[in-house]
This record gives sequence, structure tokens and C-alpha cells, in this order.
Amino acid sequence: MQNTFKAVRVTEDVWWVGAIDWNIRDFHGYQTMRGSTYNAYLILADSITLIDTVKAPFREEMMARIASVVDPGKIEYIVSNHSEMDHSGSLPEVIAAVNPKKVFASTVGVKTLTELFPLDRKITAVQDGETLSLGNRSLTFLETRMLHWPDSMFAYLNEEQLLFSQDAFGMHLASLERFADECDPAILAYEAATYYANIILPYSPLVLKLIERVTAAGLSFRIIAPDHGPIWRKEIVGIIGSYAKWAAQKPEAKAVVVYATMWHSTEKMARAVSEGLAAGGLGVKLLSMDEVHRSDVVYELLGAGALAVGSPTLNNHLLPNMADILTYLKGLKPRNLIGAAFGSYGWSGEAVKEIEDILAEMKVEKAGEGIRVKNVPDAEVLTRCYELGKTMAEKVRSRL
Amino acid sequence: MGKYVCGICGYVYDPEVGDPEAGIGEGVPFERLPEDWVCPLCGAAKDEFTPE
Repeated sequence: MQNTFKAVRVTEDVWWVGAIDWNIRDFHGYQTMRGSTYNAYLILADSITLIDTVKAPFREEMMARIASVVDPGKIEYIVSNHSEMDHSGSLPEVIAAVNPKKVFASTVGVKTLTELFPLDRKITAVQDGETLSLGNRSLTFLETRMLHWPDSMFAYLNEEQLLFSQDAFGMHLASLERFADECDPAILAYEAATYYANIILPYSPLVLKLIERVTAAGLSFRIIAPDHGPIWRKEIVGIIGSYAKWAAQKPEAKAVVVYATMWHSTEKMARAVSEGLAAGGLGVKLLSMDEVHRSDVVYELLGAGALAVGSPTLNNHLLPNMADILTYLKGLKPRNLIGAAFGSYGWSGEAVKEIEDILAEMKVEKAGEGIRVKNVPDAEVLTRCYELGKTMAEKVRSRL
Repeated sequence: MGKYVCGICGYVYDPEVGDPEAGIGEGVPFERLPEDWVCPLCGAAKDEFTPE
């Protein structure tokens, strides 16, 4: 049968040989409505080198794309920039099929890969800053620990000024267009931002340090080739600038109100808080966890200055979907937020206190006392909610 | 007072800085950090750290 999966040329010597996952909609809790790609790259240097592999079920697609340009048996080196299974899942079988001379990973990557897979060969550790000769080309490795796993590293193809950036600068977007400049800019802007919010956000301080380090080293990039989504060859300054902006987490005149409701009381409070926030001059996103996905909340929180959280009390606790979003947010560590809690209850009303404790743990600055109401909020309670929103807005505006 | 490095993510605990987000002020040596203190970057436990 004729092979229909082809490699796509990125530069003179570099080819994209990844796989397209049109159907994936959930990435460990992050909703990926446009699917994704698992990008692997082939460098046709004197020593033919494969950068990363793909998720296990997509191995044949990758091997077919490789075979469209070179006999896979000629691959001498495999570099694993990131050990997570969507990029390493097919590594053991690819090693068996290709029999490369060497497989490289960061020092932590060697440990992680060995723990993940029964590998019958030694993985060679490369150090931060080390350069590997591919004959007529050379790759320099840059450790990027916790961006976004401890093993993560970048590989820089010196002669082409091409950065293999693994998950950084990536996005979940399935497409047959391989380059960002071929895609709809509005979709790129959204998908890159929500990827940052859902994956990279907790490590924002490291993103800032990395940008500083790369700038100080005077590295310039002609192409950034990430492990998911399209390749950047024109908007390089733009995507790096966006990362610097998102990582700085400088609050903007924007608030997010997230809540869930049982019998619409907490919803009424949420509406009143939102009106107050808007009256105070902030843009507001009101999100019901009964309707929206947690990934959308994190996306909206990017650049927000305020977070108001509401939940009724169910059996002495938060509603489960509010525990879901708060657990997710806690891990993603958004910073520089002004916050407040509110909620209705039938008899005991612990939820507001629970939210306040979580917000405190998240280092969210409390704008005012949480508002609890028994059963249904009356006009006086709703006015207090409105005023709480206004107070939050004032505090945010004083920080702008 | 020496610095300690996280074996998981490479974060360096510097006693001269402390860990303000966890309420650890300046001048607290690594040995005197609470036993339940964790790496502010990756969450690793204290026993993952080694002297720099």
C-alpha cells in the first residue's frame, strides 16, 4: 500500500514527522476542543537525528512519515526533550525498530524514562549547555527544569537557529497546516493562551528567568518548533512576547467570577458581585461551573486582577464542581489576584469559609469578608454582594 | 548558612532570602525549616534537597 503519511519540510535539513490527533478532547483535565498534534522532528544531518517521538498509538504514523524521507534504520541518534508519554510513549518500540547508536535525554530525563519504560539500553545524559555534533550540524541542549516537568529540556540546532522547545510555545491544535503563519491568528492566539494557562502557568517565574537567560546569551531564533501544534517561523517575537506577558501576571482591569448553584441563590449573588465589579470599572467574566469547563476558567483568569468564588453548602461542604475548579486553580498558582467568597446555605453554611481557606492558600488577597446567606438573598444581601464587587474593583484598579 | 538544591527541579533554597511565600523569613537556615516545608517550585519534600 502506498504510504499516505508524508514528512513536512521545515528547513533544508529538518522535517516534521509527528502525528495528528484530531480526536483528543481531554488532556488530564484540560479540555482540548481542537485536538492536538504530537510533533517529532527529523534532522537529516550527517548523523541523522530524531527529536522526540509521539504518543504510543501514533507510532506507525510517525514511522511512515519518517520513511517518506529516509530509511528509519539510518537514524543514529534519538533525543528525548520531554519524558511525558505523549512524546515518549513510542520510544521503546522506536528504539527497537531503529536501533540508534545513542539515545539522549537530560539527567532527570534519563531517570524518568528509565522509570517509565523497561528500556533495554542505556540512555545517555546530556548536561545543560552541552553541544552534540551531528557532523555537519550541531545541537546544543538547554535544561528547562519544571517547564513543565523536571526532565524538560530544549535542543537548539545552531546552524539553522532552530529551537526544539518541547511543550513550551506549543498549543493543542490539530491541523494539516504545519506552520503558525498558515493558521487563523485568532485561533492561534486563543489556543496558545489557553495552553499557557492550563500547562505552563505554575512555572511562570521560570519562564521569566529563561527568557532573561536566552536574551543574555544572545540566542536568536529563526524557527521555534514545539512538541504540540504549529511551528513558529514568522511570529517568533510575538509568541515570546506573549510568554513574557503571561508569565509576568501583571493584573489587568479584568475580573473572573466563578460559581456553582443549587437553587439559584448563589447565582443571584454571583450576578450582583459581577454588576459591582463592572460598576467599579472592570471587565467581568461570569462563569458557572454547572455549565463551563475548568480549562475555560483558567483561560479567563490569565491577566485577571480579581477572582470572586461562590458556592452553596452541600452536606457541610463546597459543591463538588467548585472543589474541582479550586483544586485545579490551586495547582496552577495564578498570582496577583484580589479575591472574595460568597454563597448561600440551608442550615450550616461551611462553603464560604472553605473557599476563603483555599483562596488564602492560593495567596489571593482578601478584598473583604465573605458573604453567606441563609436560603435566599434579599435586596440587602444583594446590595452587599454588589458593594463587595465594587470594593474588589477598586483594589484592582489601585494596582494597575 | 549554606544553600540547598532541590534534586527534582533544581530550585535553590537560599537562607539569606528564605521562602517568603511560605512565611519563611530571611536568615532561616535550611536545617531549621519545618519538616513539612516543600520545594516552592515543584513541591518536593525536604529530603530531596542536598547542599549546593
